[in-house]
Amino acid sequence: MKILVCISHVPDTTSKINFTDGDTKFDTNGVQFVINPNDEFGLTRAMWFKEKQGASVDVANVGGPETEPTLRKALAIGADNAIRVNTEATDGFYVARQLAKVIQDGGYDLVIAGRESIDYNGGMVPGMISALTGANFVNTCIGLEVEGDMATVTREIDGGKETSTAKLPLIVGGQKGLVEESDLRIPNMRGIMMARKKPLTVVEPIEANQETKAVQFQKPTPKGEVTLVDPENIDQLVTLLHNEAKVI
Amino acid sequence: MSVLVYTESEGQKFKKAAFEVASYAKGVATMLGTTVTAVSINGGDSSELGTYGVDKVLEIKNDKLSTFNAKAYADAIKQAAVQEGAKVVVVSSTADSKFLAPLLAVHLNAGYASNVVELPESVSPFKVKRTAFTNKAFNVTEMPTDVKVIGLSNNAFGLKENEGAAASDAFDPSLSDGDFGVQVTAVDKATDKVSIADAEIVVSGGRGLKGPENWGMIEELADVLGAATACSKPVSDMGWRPHSEHVGQTGKPVASNLYIAVGVSGAIQHLAGINASKVKVVINNDPEAPFFKAADYGIVGDAFEVVPKLIEKLKEFKSNNA
Ligand SMILES: Cc1cc2nc3c(=O)[nH]c(=O)nc-3n(C[C@H](O)[C@H](O)[C@H](O)COP(=O)(O)OP(=O)(O)OC[C@H]3O[C@@H](n4cnc5c(N)ncnc54)[C@H](O)[C@@H]3O)c2cc1C
Repeated sequence: MKILVCISHVPDTTSKINFTDGDTKFDTNGVQFVINPNDEFGLTRAMWFKEKQGASVDVANVGGPETEPTLRKALAIGADNAIRVNTEATDGFYVARQLAKVIQDGGYDLVIAGRESIDYNGGMVPGMISALTGANFVNTCIGLEVEGDMATVTREIDGGKETSTAKLPLIVGGQKGLVEESDLRIPNMRGIMMARKKPLTVVEPIEANQETKAVQFQKPTPKGEVTLVDPENIDQLVTLLHNEAKVI
Repeated sequence: MSVLVYTESEGQKFKKAAFEVASYAKGVATMLGTTVTAVSINGGDSSELGTYGVDKVLEIKNDKLSTFNAKAYADAIKQAAVQEGAKVVVVSSTADSKFLAPLLAVHLNAGYASNVVELPESVSPFKVKRTAFTNKAFNVTEMPTDVKVIGLSNNAFGLKENEGAAASDAFDPSLSDGDFGVQVTAVDKATDKVSIADAEIVVSGGRGLKGPENWGMIEELADVLGAATACSKPVSDMGWRPHSEHVGQTGKPVASNLYIAVGVSGAIQHLAGINASKVKVVINNDPEAPFFKAADYGIVGDAFEVVPKLIEKLKEFKSNNA
């Protein structure tokens, strides 16, 4: 089985979010970048298929040279090959078109992407690559098994979960639950050494449209002071929630 | 060239999210000077949609679509959009709608903006405001494509009543075998509990509650309020509560009207996921807990004393206001 894990390169979850150029660009100053958390679960699940079922695992990212340390980290965790499509990831549709090309060229059986990346939260790349390549698709995936050319997939639905079967090739939008948090892999010394020698191929983008454009960013208006209620006077909270906030 | 809206239902009843997207679609249609057409798949009583401004309902009744199937549903909605010549298609942010929206966008060669929180800033050029960086910021997105798909954030717009004729028309999309590549074999869903996505009120517990055995009062508080229960990430990582309750940047997003956090410190990753909630209440014994900076109302106190009292006061309030 040939697996591709799509890796988004995103600001670490503790990052302060600021903008530059008249609030038109994300300010990367002092920001540490990591593998998108949703993708990390997918990558660890892919390692399981590699170790237990002899799958090969490639990782791909659409982005500039600055994303290579993130791809190297994925190689250090255990991926075999990395592919970087050398272009700026301007919108989800554009990224999906680039990845669809990588998938068609590579003939992958299983593609694991994250349900969304935590920077733009578009939540569109996995679905769009499935529509572009014609492969089956399951989103918000929290369980994945493969036997031969059939996959059994569990997805999170509102208020529960749902299990389905689908033939490969399959694209999943993964998240926490694909593996447990405690099973997430972190690169060890040996992995880091080996990753230096693994292939990281840079491919040029295909001609494709960008369908949306983020033209401006805004930060939420700062919150007013919290209204503290005395624990001896909880009636007051109920009154405030009813009369002032009007939520009960 | 009406605005098309997919109005989701469950057990032949429209979801609240359906009325919200219908209300929003009416707002967009007014800006564009056009009407609203809804697509309903094995849905509820179409006349209900009229209350929220829907002029026409394309009713699909098809046994093959009795369980949700993203590809088939996207195919059906696409055919409706093409028939109506819709330039704007609106869907909600339920798990199912987020599943099908990107497929729909590709089929319509449309730009797609998810997590949209307001009516378009302008329609020419077409610009919408959406959340980004998991609620740490907003971004204004320009959509130059002929057709646009908009995913509306839950609870962002609210329900707005409006007159609409809601004339119903049977619609019979042609589906292919290829639409059914994914076959649902089992659904496991708690029907007696409010889900986080649907809830107007969410009650959340953190590590400050010390152990799973102390969740009785959280559930009781949720019960009194008709709320869903949620938890912080470490609480689900330790197995005190199911993963499905984990909210925050790496868990479920919460955009409720009221969010009550008990024994949650308010780490940046937690706040990111719940910030879209309108009113936040924190109960924490540490006055320095970062959550107090993000909350509207706070009680500095021991959860084990405060929560039982709050339950009692809310019960009194309910019986006085019943
Ligand atoms: C990559 C990454 C992603 C993450 N994603 C998320 C996420 O999506 N969601 C999330 O929640 N976290 C997330 N986290 C974890 C986050 O950083 C915090 O560790 C977590 O939110 C803390 O959970 P907590 O508030 O329950 O626990 P703690 O930080 O331990 O806080 C417990 C609080 O309870 C209070 N307390 C103790 N006893 C009582 C009492 N008797 N009465 C009242 N209050 C009491 C304490 O004062 C304290 O403030 C993430 C972390 C990382 C690194």
